[in-house]
Amino acid sequence: MTAIAEQQRVWQREERRAGWRRAGKRGLLYTVATLFALFAAIPFAWMVFTIFKQNTDLYNGKNNPFLYNDPPTLDNIRLLFNQTNYTTFVVNTIFVAALVVVITLIAAVPAAYALTRLTGRWGESLGIAIFLVYLVPPTLLFIPMTRIVAELGLKNSRWSMVVVYPTFTIPFCTWLLMGFFKSIPWDIEEQAMIDGYSRLGAIVRAVIPVSLPGILTVIAFSVAMTMHEFVYALAFVTSSSEKTVSIGVTTELIRGDVFFWQSLMAAAAIVAIPVALIYTLFLDRFIQGFTLGAVKG
Amino acid sequence: MSTATGRSETPAIAWSEDADVPEGRYLLDRAGLLGPLMLLPAIIYIIGLVGIPLVLAVLYSFSNATVGDQSINWVGLENFRTVVQNATFRMALKNTILFAFVSQIIVIILANILALVLSAEFRGKRLVRFLVMLPWTTPIALAVLGWFWMLDNVASPIDALMRMLHIIGPDTIFDPKARAPILDIPFGDRNVRWLSKPDLARLAVLTVHVWRTLPLATVILLAGMTAIPQDVKDAAEIDGASYWRQLIYVRLPLLAPIMAVAVLYGIVFTFTDFTVVYVLTRGGPVDSTQVLATWAYFKGIQGSSLAQGAAIALFLLPILVAAAIVMLRLARRSETA
Amino acid sequence: MATIEVRGLTKQFGDGPPAVDHIDLASEDGEFLVLLGPSGCGKTTLLRMIGGLETPTEGDVLIGGRVVTHLPPRARKIAMVFQSYALYPHMSVYDNIAFPLKAQRLPKEEQRKKVAWAASILGIEQFLNRKPRQLSGGQRQRVALARALVREPNVFLLDEPLSNLDAQRRASARDELQQFQRSIGTTTIYVTHDQVEAMGMGDRIAVIDRGRIRQIGTPKEIYDDPADTFVATFLGTPPMNLVERDGLIFGFRPEHFTPANGSHSDDVVRFQFVVHREEYLGSERLLYGEIGSAKAVARFPATTDVELRIGQPVEYVVARRHLKFFNPRTGERTRD
Repeated sequence: MTAIAEQQRVWQREERRAGWRRAGKRGLLYTVATLFALFAAIPFAWMVFTIFKQNTDLYNGKNNPFLYNDPPTLDNIRLLFNQTNYTTFVVNTIFVAALVVVITLIAAVPAAYALTRLTGRWGESLGIAIFLVYLVPPTLLFIPMTRIVAELGLKNSRWSMVVVYPTFTIPFCTWLLMGFFKSIPWDIEEQAMIDGYSRLGAIVRAVIPVSLPGILTVIAFSVAMTMHEFVYALAFVTSSSEKTVSIGVTTELIRGDVFFWQSLMAAAAIVAIPVALIYTLFLDRFIQGFTLGAVKG
Repeated sequence: MSTATGRSETPAIAWSEDADVPEGRYLLDRAGLLGPLMLLPAIIYIIGLVGIPLVLAVLYSFSNATVGDQSINWVGLENFRTVVQNATFRMALKNTILFAFVSQIIVIILANILALVLSAEFRGKRLVRFLVMLPWTTPIALAVLGWFWMLDNVASPIDALMRMLHIIGPDTIFDPKARAPILDIPFGDRNVRWLSKPDLARLAVLTVHVWRTLPLATVILLAGMTAIPQDVKDAAEIDGASYWRQLIYVRLPLLAPIMAVAVLYGIVFTFTDFTVVYVLTRGGPVDSTQVLATWAYFKGIQGSSLAQGAAIALFLLPILVAAAIVMLRLARRSETA
Repeated sequence: MATIEVRGLTKQFGDGPPAVDHIDLASEDGEFLVLLGPSGCGKTTLLRMIGGLETPTEGDVLIGGRVVTHLPPRARKIAMVFQSYALYPHMSVYDNIAFPLKAQRLPKEEQRKKVAWAASILGIEQFLNRKPRQLSGGQRQRVALARALVREPNVFLLDEPLSNLDAQRRASARDELQQFQRSIGTTTIYVTHDQVEAMGMGDRIAVIDRGRIRQIGTPKEIYDDPADTFVATFLGTPPMNLVERDGLIFGFRPEHFTPANGSHSDDVVRFQFVVHREEYLGSERLLYGEIGSAKAVARFPATTDVELRIGQPVEYVVARRHLKFFNPRTGERTRD
């Protein structure tokens, strides 16, 4: 056998081996990815699977719980909307979220602008200080906060959440917006000032339109954070007509004498999935804020 | 019209019509004035509704305030004495620390693996990414509700699966009625009843914490990984370092600071969490899964002792101060970088 | 139209040396005045103070003889073109140009007329509906100029407007810009670190270093009669040769540095020049070497033949009238 043929045989063998190794790596990758996806998603899958089960199916111990032994039904969703306060919870949530967004924007946009443009060197330090306020958890503050809410006459009203939620949306969103404003060249607003606008005019007409993606992000996170909040709502609001989805569903639908499991799961899924979608859309921005700019995502 | 002074002989200067108004008109153009003015709403909000409550929280914990009588009478350290002597408080403190630290140890290991997977290119990656993010992106209470149903005493699919696989039920290793049970764990012949037994309930809370914070740690790490310059990776490749060698000697050390960030957030969020325990177990069975946040709620709001509740919640403060210090050092580092 | 004047203008950032240090400067009406200097010399800060984007620590800015030091930019009726052109990315070219007119609350119809007028002067009528990102660098520059032109300002301030163009575009842009300024006749202050731009376009050049004006004059004055060693070495590629001799610094341009070729004229000063290296640049040749321990360069048109003896001293001469003398301590010119 010639040396060349020998060499070629070696190469072919190496190539085959590399091919196997690649295939093995691929296989491992898909397996691990699938396992993680299952771990994350199974509670939701089980949730959604339950929604369409009939009572006769769900409560029969002899049935295989992983199948629809009786045909799937939409009755449970109907029940949720017709016979529970769910619609009220949803409306309250939207009400609170919308007003929280407005308050957050009114406070955070000017603050972030001032900290990046007008306050010089201590702007950055103050910005980090404001971000740290976001880390002060509601669980530390909810007891005195109930007193403050009562003093403001907002006890047991959805307005209590409107007033209190900006305490965590403003710090976080100010910090996020600072990142955005920093990425906008100063030229743009200076040009607007040269072009005949006041500083405020330049902000409104040149800076804000350019930072629209940042403002959208802030809106998305204010909404998401409103949906996520639990302990304040639980501490402030007791009457069912003022509750938001998070506390309404977990306190009203769960501890009744009868568990409407399917409706309960529907209540959770109907809100959870859209919020998750919005959140995912803006996730990268969120992470940029979290890593304090140590990482440019 | 302004009188043209100076040397210029150009009378026809087209001044804008407002050129002669007093300087006061331009006050808002001054950065020194406009800056603080624009900061004001945010600062007022933060001082009014974070600063004041924080001070009140401290005041309450040294007083005898109740829901009925909120006047603040100084009682010194009495609340802390009462609180600390309570066995449930000690359980809550232990649980809080246990949940936060154990969950984050597991999370950082899993997050490294998951981030590695998600940094590779493969088909269906977007779907996988969306799915693994779900636990973080879904409103907490509603996500935990899913687990509550998964771990139901009667209808848990986990039990059903285990029964099908003959792990629980008659004639299995866990059957206490069998003549020689292999493992002496009293699961009975029916269901595990995850949330009705202290240790299993704690395991459940821990699992949910891992499940919920894993996505956050993963995306933070992922962001850190993409920030490692390609030429560093290329250099390691050319130097002939094997995949594992590159991972251990190049990537992980470069990722260390960002891992610290991920762990820090994970600890802050699990340490101060209220919702997971509240929705899953309400602190039960018999207070065995109580954490500081829930115990403060049950004492302070439901038990009407604002003072004791505040004192309990105040135990959350040290971890936050520690976190703040770490964050500040980190921020300074990224500034100088 | 208007003149610009600054008096004792100073700007101090933090504790460092002042970025602009007591500068006095006055433009002629309709002049194209170039501020030339290395980066960080304070020229942009000076321009920004004239524009009102920076508040001076001391001193005054006058536009058309009127003190405007404490007026915000919008009250100064100036136009400025930034290095980045600062086009508003969310607006069409038309809206970009009309933006200053909107600030003046001009009726829509008049806005349209003025935009059309400015666009036609700069030849960008066909781009009016595009967004800035769809334009090339040169087109963007013209949009920025149109936006500056449309409000008929007292003064144009231009901050390195050509530095974002590639080398080829830059030559034609220089030409366009100069013609544009000549035809409009508006006083223009132009900041650059590029001496070719300064020499080619400026009516006068103010050379700035470390916050101070080192010299102001026509391009010819600056090149032929530099006021100090900084100006002498900042202008000209390669720069003026500086050789210390008899307690003075002798300065001469490389093109005036020629082989003695046995001449015995008294009108020349002689140097022993050791050539180390030759650069052939097509139209000319540069000889790099040393006179004593000082580095020196000689430059010849490629058409002349020069005998080359690398590493050996050769007698070179400079005509006396081409020699400038500087004080070695201060760097300033002394009596020739």
